[in-house]
Amino acid sequence: MKLIFERSQAGRKLSLLPEVDPKSCQLPEKFRRAEHIRLPELSETEISRHYSALERRVFGVNQGFFPLGSCTMKYNPKINDELASLPSFTGVHPLQRSQEIQGCLKLLARLEERLCKLLAMDAMTFQPAAGAHGEFTALLMMKAYHLSRGDEKRNKILIPDAAHGTNPASAAMAGFKVVNVPSDAKGYVDLEALKSLVGEDTAGLMLTNPNTLGLFDPNIEAITETIHAAGGLNYYDGANLNPIMGQVRPGDMGFDLVHLNLHKTFSTPHGGGGPGSGPVGCVEILKPFLPQGQPIDCGDAYELANSSKSIGTVRSFYGNFLVVLRAFAYVELLGAEGIREASETAVLNANYLQEGMRAAGFQTAHEGACMHEFVLSLADLKKNYGVSALDFAKALQDEGMHPPTMYFPLIVSEALMVEPTETESPEMLDHVIEVFTRLRKLAETNPEALKSTPKTTVISRPDEVEAARHPIVQYQED
Amino acid sequence: MKYTKSHEWVDFIEEKKVRIGLSAHAVHQLGELVFVNLPEVDDELEAGESFGDAESIKAVSDIYSPVSGRVSAVNEEVLDNPALVNEAPESTWLIEVEEVSENEELLDEAEYKSFCESEA
Amino acid sequence: MGNYLPSTPAERHAMLERLGLQSMDQLYRDLPKSLRLKHLDLPEGKSELELREELESLGEENRVYKKIFRGAGAYHHYIPAIVNQVTSKESFITAYTPYQAEISQGVLQSIFEYQTMICRITGLEMANASLYDGASALAEAITMCRARKKNRFLLAEAFHPMYLETVLTYFKHDDLQFEYIPLKDGHSDLDWLEAQTGDDIAAIAMPQLNFYGQIEDCARVAKFAHAIKAKMIMGVHPIAAALLPSAAECAADIAVGEGQPLGLPLSFGGPYLGFLACKGDLIRQIPGRIVGETTDKEGRRAFVLTLQAREQHIRREKAGSNICTNQALCALRASVYLAAMGPDGLEAAALHSYEKAHRFAKAISEIPGFEVLYGPEFFNEFVVISEKSSEEIENKLAKRGILSGLPLNTSYKQRLGLEHFSPEIEASEKTAMLWCLTEMNSDEQIDEVISILKEA
Repeated sequence: MKLIFERSQAGRKLSLLPEVDPKSCQLPEKFRRAEHIRLPELSETEISRHYSALERRVFGVNQGFFPLGSCTMKYNPKINDELASLPSFTGVHPLQRSQEIQGCLKLLARLEERLCKLLAMDAMTFQPAAGAHGEFTALLMMKAYHLSRGDEKRNKILIPDAAHGTNPASAAMAGFKVVNVPSDAKGYVDLEALKSLVGEDTAGLMLTNPNTLGLFDPNIEAITETIHAAGGLNYYDGANLNPIMGQVRPGDMGFDLVHLNLHKTFSTPHGGGGPGSGPVGCVEILKPFLPQGQPIDCGDAYELANSSKSIGTVRSFYGNFLVVLRAFAYVELLGAEGIREASETAVLNANYLQEGMRAAGFQTAHEGACMHEFVLSLADLKKNYGVSALDFAKALQDEGMHPPTMYFPLIVSEALMVEPTETESPEMLDHVIEVFTRLRKLAETNPEALKSTPKTTVISRPDEVEAARHPIVQYQED
Repeated sequence: MKYTKSHEWVDFIEEKKVRIGLSAHAVHQLGELVFVNLPEVDDELEAGESFGDAESIKAVSDIYSPVSGRVSAVNEEVLDNPALVNEAPESTWLIEVEEVSENEELLDEAEYKSFCESEA
Repeated sequence: MGNYLPSTPAERHAMLERLGLQSMDQLYRDLPKSLRLKHLDLPEGKSELELREELESLGEENRVYKKIFRGAGAYHHYIPAIVNQVTSKESFITAYTPYQAEISQGVLQSIFEYQTMICRITGLEMANASLYDGASALAEAITMCRARKKNRFLLAEAFHPMYLETVLTYFKHDDLQFEYIPLKDGHSDLDWLEAQTGDDIAAIAMPQLNFYGQIEDCARVAKFAHAIKAKMIMGVHPIAAALLPSAAECAADIAVGEGQPLGLPLSFGGPYLGFLACKGDLIRQIPGRIVGETTDKEGRRAFVLTLQAREQHIRREKAGSNICTNQALCALRASVYLAAMGPDGLEAAALHSYEKAHRFAKAISEIPGFEVLYGPEFFNEFVVISEKSSEEIENKLAKRGILSGLPLNTSYKQRLGLEHFSPEIEASEKTAMLWCLTEMNSDEQIDEVISILKEA
């Protein structure tokens, strides 16, 4: 398909703005651009058709099963998008007087209150733009807390080796040293190893629970107590909150800080890679360190407040507000009961699917039940038939499904991490089991058939090595 | 040619001067290399410390120095074209180190081969 | 009462039975009993109708202005109708990050086109798939300039205050040293800058349009930076870029900016769009996602996420940045906006903004008691001082449905997280306001504001 630049024809344009005299700019030569910006010249027809054609080359949650493990690709309710386009929110300038932005502030405050109850936290900031941004913010708060007590030697963050890569990357950015905590075959934290690693230099622990194998760590209280006893703080990575929301709360587990991915658990769309939102919740003692610009209730109105102990700001203004608004709409519609139903059904669907896969002969990374996701190991297919997790994933594309997360976590070989979410029907799950079973048989009888997939897509198995060795990141006209 | 347990090879071209590269086994594990990060000339290296890394599409692997010494040359061709390492791993050196003082435990070819087998 | 579950309670019960379970509670049988939440203290759910009413009534507690004379980091520009139409397409909204290239070519190609447009605006060779916003983009650019034996960064105090605070927050626990290039007469003091010495300066960061609206001589800054072997990071306003020298023409190494003016509504500050472009030799230092062109096994043109080994999911604590989720849908808005505007349209938006701002500045300076504080080398924002209270002006215009220029007073200073405004504003007995005009400010609006100010 053509690039938008290849559709350009000199002189084509839309009638968007009134005429303006080019001579009205009186700037001296040194402040004038020499080369015109070479943007494409198009009519509205071509633009419309171009993006319609691009849209047909995208697979979204609206199109089919999207079991991307650890990403919680649940259905994105349309009412949320519609409410986020209300002019009474989209038209608000971020620097208006506080009496003119009460609707926005009230919404933030209400969602803060709801989420704090859901998490057993005492306050929340909505400034971080994404999960990793939230991690970074929370770690800065952790650092500020220790320093405020004159405790300067706490420079180490403990992170299980099965954690998402953002955890160590965020810790390094916040000026911490990363200490890897070993985990066992189920991805549970090795408690004895943890005890031997904590000390006076422990700033805190970052933990995802349920872990990246989809299992709830049964030692969670002992883990958080170990950190607290050493003088550190516990940080809950909310990437896998979906199966436990309304069932158990991070605060009750002993966590002091939490980040959420509103674009996972709270149904806001992922947009092909953003915008997300990564709000951070904290317990009372950490409140003074929240980013600047917290909405506070002053009785008759809300105001934006700063704190002298605040870590500062991690971006301009108050966060990805329209994303936060969508999450608020989600929480309001579900309410207490709907939230519990959502998490229960996420766990039910995952277990139903896992059992179906096991019955079809697939190996799972561990025995027993799971939370919201489970990990298949295709090591047997790889060993016996040469069919890799990648081959299997590509074959799923021809079946109208988005593949599961591949090759994560690293502790499972030929891993496919499956997270169906609660927004799939039983007949879809049965269909998925049927497809996986059929492809497994095909792998055993005709492995080459899987290795040559996908066949129905617009491209197949692009050359990523060439792309990385000789990067072309912008269109060059001949 | 000797090998380390972290899968580098080291070739003493003079008494106190070596060339260092990645073993064929390591390169096979990594797959097609797309980039190699190397130190600069005159950098001081410590035996057992990472001096660079090798990237494939979906992985990155640290490269450790088998010796202590001073970097006297960097193979610029590899920086421009990391595919050379895939084509001939054990004849494509990455860096040259002078003033070699101490070194890590080094294995000969047979020892290295059995080490790799034991790791698998 | 609400939920988005396709399955009925009866179907869920049947599924439980298939698993040999009696109740939903048993799904959590492996969790410590002591932790189980007995009661979730949240309101009951709502229907879609009730939800709509709740949000609409919250919205009514906001004031939305049609006549906006305020910028200061968030700009009110015309958004072509096609922008909302295209970015409302369901698949673009609900897709994930395009890791599976075969079924994500639409997202990948749109990002590749976006990267190309950012390269063309800045004149630079490389751009990434987007960052959170302009302020965090500046912080990421600073990370890119880390170099051995160089840990000093000279940062224009003239940047938007929230950019400065974001940078200081990002690097609070780092060994990098930041020094402000002071302001003088509304500009960065380049004589001060050129008196700096030392081979430990890693980079100099300067906005082409500063917080007070003045145009900075970025070419001069870059020339000095390169003379002392430092990098030059330039802040770029993407619409002003149609008139002002490009980052490449200024010889900047890295360009960063806020993409919000490119078709994104004001939205109480977000989501916005951070863009970043750089010279080719810095490509491996670029944070976040990058889309590259390649071919598939049959030789067809294909797009993929590339250079992923730089990123956190592979490099973990050694990654240059932790960013993964960015602002892809906002980048799509910017692309559609730029495609719709085209070269002439973008230039027209810039010329209108310039022309209206300068006409308004002239008119306001002719009102007794009002004075444009700094020189005529501004794009569409400028400071006006007067004896009148800025709050009163703000109030008076608000009553007529007009969002005035931003009062540079204590209250907004706090909102901006700023310690002090420019020396001239701080020294002045008069009150200052930062006015901003775009193509959205009609001649009638301009006349109306001028006449109200005359009455004031």
